[in-house]
Amino acid sequence: MVENRHWFFRLLPHVVLSIGVFIVAFPVYVAFVGSTLDAATIANGQMGLIPGSHMFENYYRTLFVGTAGTTRQPVLAMMLNSFVMAVTIAGGKIIISILSAYAVVYYHFPFRMAAFWLIFVTLMLPVEVRIYPTYKIVADLGMLDTYAGLAVPLIASATGTLLFRQFFMTIPDELMEASQIDGAGPVRFFIDTVLPLSITTIAALFVIQFIYGWNQYLWPLLITTRDSMQTIVIGIKKMIVTQDALTEWQLAMTTAVLAMLPPVAVVILMQKLFVRGLVETEK
Amino acid sequence: MDKRTAFNNRWLPLLLLLPQLVITLVFFYWPASQAVWSSFRIEDAFGTTTEFVGLENYQVLFQTPAYYQAMLTTLIFSSAVAFLSLSIALLLAVMADRELRGGGVYRTLLIWPYAVAPAIAGVLWYFMFQPSLGMVARGLRGMGYDWNPLLNGNQALLLVIGAATWKQISYNFLFFLAGLQSIPKSLIESAAIDGARPARRFWTIIFPLLSPTAFFLLVVNVVYVFFDTFGIIDAVTGGGPSKATTTLVYKVFADGRLGGDLGGSAAQSVILMVIVIALTAVQFRYVERRVNY
Repeated sequence: MVENRHWFFRLLPHVVLSIGVFIVAFPVYVAFVGSTLDAATIANGQMGLIPGSHMFENYYRTLFVGTAGTTRQPVLAMMLNSFVMAVTIAGGKIIISILSAYAVVYYHFPFRMAAFWLIFVTLMLPVEVRIYPTYKIVADLGMLDTYAGLAVPLIASATGTLLFRQFFMTIPDELMEASQIDGAGPVRFFIDTVLPLSITTIAALFVIQFIYGWNQYLWPLLITTRDSMQTIVIGIKKMIVTQDALTEWQLAMTTAVLAMLPPVAVVILMQKLFVRGLVETEK
Repeated sequence: MDKRTAFNNRWLPLLLLLPQLVITLVFFYWPASQAVWSSFRIEDAFGTTTEFVGLENYQVLFQTPAYYQAMLTTLIFSSAVAFLSLSIALLLAVMADRELRGGGVYRTLLIWPYAVAPAIAGVLWYFMFQPSLGMVARGLRGMGYDWNPLLNGNQALLLVIGAATWKQISYNFLFFLAGLQSIPKSLIESAAIDGARPARRFWTIIFPLLSPTAFFLLVVNVVYVFFDTFGIIDAVTGGGPSKATTTLVYKVFADGRLGGDLGGSAAQSVILMVIVIALTAVQFRYVERRVNY
């Protein structure tokens, strides 16, 4: 970069970064190895770093049959639940927040700022601090063990509204004036101009919120009682029995790998959108 | 911060706001006010009636040693995770910021743990450190170290800190890298011409310019440890052994569900809300200042 460096200093970043990658990847690699072994090898503590030969069997059993113990539900069904929850949360947040941001930015109406602040305050408080009252409301509304109960309460958050508001402020006023001259009303302007301009922002938000939704833990733990409504992140926790002898570790690790696959794939395949979404939602 | 022109319509904007407002009111303001309300009440043993008791729940709370224990655990936990994950991430980001062959590959390989659910991260670490069959645990025991996080509270806390740090490195790394890349190269080059060696350039130029990023990350990390690590703790230790890994949030959960002490749990929720609001306020004040600067 600036000066010619000694070979040691040219090598150093590669060494440090490789160690970093190793630390980051090691636990996942161990889980992968665990998912290819048979139960006895793990239970006897003979596990090494070389994958075993039971991979196909483990993945087939986990996906389509389920464990023998507490959670008999096949994991494929859990993944479907996780997927529905994640997509509903991401999609729901995007829809309600793009609409509310449009109202706040493009309209002058009484209590506009009051409405904005009402939404803004929710930015600070995650569902964890108001968990039991929220649970009670969802129970009273008869939404326990439903997809709506899983997703809708988590849609209440200001992140999206703020992000879209920020983005709308950067759209030049001339665009709106031009479309007004052309005789377009607010709905036309939204559909023909604002929405197409927002595609990248929508995609970035979707990536972040999909990961957020897929990884939810405490909320689904509380409001799902039937096995058929379990998400995969809850399912794996229930596979690990306190009496360790009963835990089918090879299946638990298979489930862990399957639980990581979709969100990690999203991050790697849509890296640009992911980085953008992350940096912008947190600003 | 307003648009020069705006549509004039009285009902359409309210209609557009309605979904968000309804959801926010029903699932945010209503339960939050319920939490405040029930923190002033005590439920009888059968859960049929409640009685207004004023601040008694709070008084009881502040006389319980277990609450201070949870506070201390949270403090140790959050400072350890914030310190470790921020320093490791900063080191990696500084290394990745150079014009490096394969830099993009390193970046991809370092950021993906962001997508791993906290509970899954906990399960992965538990699998390595489970005393009888965990791979790393066997190594530790083989070296003669008496490793058993199921019985030893300090070791359990270490394990949870490890998993939480591991999960958080990628997030901090991304933000540090973005911060580093926004520092003008000309500044660093002119310092180099003046004869400043890399270490000196780092401490006198790069590090001070990164401090807003670092401060932002510090607050985010503390909030992360407060809330998002719930899944890690529940998966790895369940708050034990003998409550050694029970943080404030975990205690809200455990007291309300397992203990059934809804009033006390609500009082704890309210205190947590106050802490988070204070943290966020500090954050915003600082961000405002940074914008002016």
